[in-house]
Amino acid sequence: MSDFRAMLAGFPNFNASESFFPNINLQDGLNWAEEFIQNVVLPRLPEAVASHFPVELGTVLVMFGCAGIFVAVVPLLPLVLVLAERKVAARFQNRTGPMRVGPWGVLQTLADGVKLLFKEDFIPPQGDKFLFLLAPYVIFACSFAVFAAIPFGQNILVSDFNIGIFYIMAISSVIVMGVIMAGWSSNSKWSLLGSLRSAAQIVSYEIPLGLSILTVVMLVESLSMSEIVASQSNGVFSWLIFRTPFTFIAFFIFFISGIAEVNRTPFDLPEAESEIVAGFHTEYSGMRFALFFIAEYANMFAVSAIAVTLFLGGWEGALPGYDIIGGLPGFVIKTLALVFLMMWLRWTLPRLRVDQLMNLCWKYFIPIAFFNILGTGIWGLIFPEDTLVSTGISCAIIYIGLIAAYKMAGRTFAERPAPQPS
Amino acid sequence: METTQQTESKIIELKPFADEMVVNMGPQHPSTHGVLRLELKLDGEVVREAIPHIGYLHRCFEKHSENLSYPQIIPFTDRMDYIAAMNQNWGFCLAVEKLLETDESRNFEVPERAEYLRVLICELNRIASHLLSFGTYGMDLGAFTPFLYAFRDRERLLLLFEKVCGARLTYNYVRIGGVSEIIPLEPGSITEQNYLDEVEAFLDYFEPKIDEYNELLTKNSIFTERTTEVAVMSADMALSYGATGPNLRGSGVDWDLRRDEPYSIYDRFDFDVPVAVDVPELGAVVGDCWCRYKIRMDEMKESVRIVRQILAEGLPDGPVMADLKAVRPPKGEIYFRSEAPRGELGFYIVSDGTPKPVRVKGRSPCFSALSVMQELSRGLMVADIIAIIGSIDIVMGEVDR
Repeated sequence: MSDFRAMLAGFPNFNASESFFPNINLQDGLNWAEEFIQNVVLPRLPEAVASHFPVELGTVLVMFGCAGIFVAVVPLLPLVLVLAERKVAARFQNRTGPMRVGPWGVLQTLADGVKLLFKEDFIPPQGDKFLFLLAPYVIFACSFAVFAAIPFGQNILVSDFNIGIFYIMAISSVIVMGVIMAGWSSNSKWSLLGSLRSAAQIVSYEIPLGLSILTVVMLVESLSMSEIVASQSNGVFSWLIFRTPFTFIAFFIFFISGIAEVNRTPFDLPEAESEIVAGFHTEYSGMRFALFFIAEYANMFAVSAIAVTLFLGGWEGALPGYDIIGGLPGFVIKTLALVFLMMWLRWTLPRLRVDQLMNLCWKYFIPIAFFNILGTGIWGLIFPEDTLVSTGISCAIIYIGLIAAYKMAGRTFAERPAPQPS
Repeated sequence: METTQQTESKIIELKPFADEMVVNMGPQHPSTHGVLRLELKLDGEVVREAIPHIGYLHRCFEKHSENLSYPQIIPFTDRMDYIAAMNQNWGFCLAVEKLLETDESRNFEVPERAEYLRVLICELNRIASHLLSFGTYGMDLGAFTPFLYAFRDRERLLLLFEKVCGARLTYNYVRIGGVSEIIPLEPGSITEQNYLDEVEAFLDYFEPKIDEYNELLTKNSIFTERTTEVAVMSADMALSYGATGPNLRGSGVDWDLRRDEPYSIYDRFDFDVPVAVDVPELGAVVGDCWCRYKIRMDEMKESVRIVRQILAEGLPDGPVMADLKAVRPPKGEIYFRSEAPRGELGFYIVSDGTPKPVRVKGRSPCFSALSVMQELSRGLMVADIIAIIGSIDIVMGEVDR
């Protein structure tokens, strides 16, 4: 074992004390895998085998096995979400949704998946074949890499980076590379338009997204996802969304920007089917198309999960000391609630135009996000500690603000006179 | 008439020597409403020029008509504007009937009962047509749910049509001299009352739905962002291109053939003609996509009003078909226009006194509306092209004939 550690220490980035990222806990990961080998596997093996058992190799194999389970289980999420989306949409539209395959159509997505698997994998002859084949994997891999840093429960976390949220931002930005590759290599004008729309959109919306994350990081003073969750352990009013009025605004900016990041209505311009056919994945068929599709739903879940972790208490419960909507079930419930909100928006709203999309981002979200950071800083100066007083003041301000917003919205929406024919 | 461009607020400065991308939008494209092909010359997302290419659905309606007797032409008119086929039947029959009336010796007259049935069915068909327009417009702009709501309600209308003529899309219901005889509605019978009750039940259900749709889509702020002040068609422009119907009224011209040149029994009904006005609360200006769309929403209400008046009066007794031995119009020619859901539908018929016409020309409202496309779309974005196509509400079957 010591040889292996020594080998790892040879890589500067993995060395705990000297590296650029000081405390990446790969060592912890090795520890539990090694403990698993020592305590679970070895006692069950015959003495002769156990003495010669390659512990280092076994440790790595166990880690690969865990990664395999992760990679196998997480794609099941999109399967469920696709069905959920279809059922939700159907309910909004006075339909029943898929009902034929399996009871209540629960096997529909599986059947679709099998169908896609058997379809022809068409590659446009004039396109850039290498990039065309590579693009779905880039998007798929990046979408799922995000899950590595999301804490689903107290100990249900693939890797507890100390730069968790930074890692998520970084990895999810790579998705745009895949989108551009897909659009460019398809040699289709619709794909190109879609991918360039996507590039502009994702790059723009990364900014308000990042700035609203920054307000959270300023309050928690850590980039680690588990520390962000730990700071929200005192019940619903310690959740970061209620901690200051500015994080309350930041949550909405984060969530709306997140919808834009995952290309969903009203920001689904890169794949606007009524304008540019299917956008960047117009030319994809079969399993490659399925990869885009799975990645889209995985992204949707990931964005909701990050929003829950950052603002809605993560896996912490709503009451201090009690496990109400806490733990893994609580986390999933909260996340699915946000996913449902996304679906609700998708089946209600029309789509924005490109320039309006950019206006919304650059003229509204980014200034507001900067204002949030300023406000959070001032709030931190006034209330250095999170006390009952600060939370009370915060909630009062949020309440008054909501009432005022409702009144203003009510006036503009309700008292619009109906246009009279002359 | 001189074409004057009104406020074109969305014109974007173009670099003169930037690269141009030519994209064929259609004929297979999700939102070109059939088989329209638009040749888009794009500068990035900005459209420099959109040239419509038509003819993919050309079925030689006019040439066919020269070899058919008059009643045989009616099913062909079904295939023109298949969304509002009743109105197309009626438009053609009106023209032939007008020609028949010029024959002094025959004393031809359409029975009262048939006229009532025609107005009833055609106004319901107008609702069905506008519903489809509303639904697809929502879908073009990315809102899928209104589309299915519209189809849900249209389904009830199609069932009503099926009950009187047996068909859901191509009705062949309105005939020369009356309406189809296969209707089950014996005057004063239980079936007639049942049918009228069903129509009333639909109206009671549907009228509040219009307000619901207005809340869902018309006043939605993203929807108004997308449609207001986009592709403003001035009144002059609309008139010079021959735009009619909701497109013309959406440009603020108060003109409806049902009121201004009443045919059939439209002069007996009390209804308003919705005309676009500026709506500063929503940012809409006369002639933009939103106004054209809103006219259709308002027209559905007016159609409901007309049908309700028929239901209140009840259908008069009598035959549904004039006593016509054969349709053999006298020598002569006629142009007759009627107000179809998409605008002024005209038929020009030349007769030499034989059972077959010498020439039939259809004046398609969609064709005229589509010709505005090129001028409206200059300098807009790709997404606006979709908004324009939806708002002028074309049916390619009628454009190509």
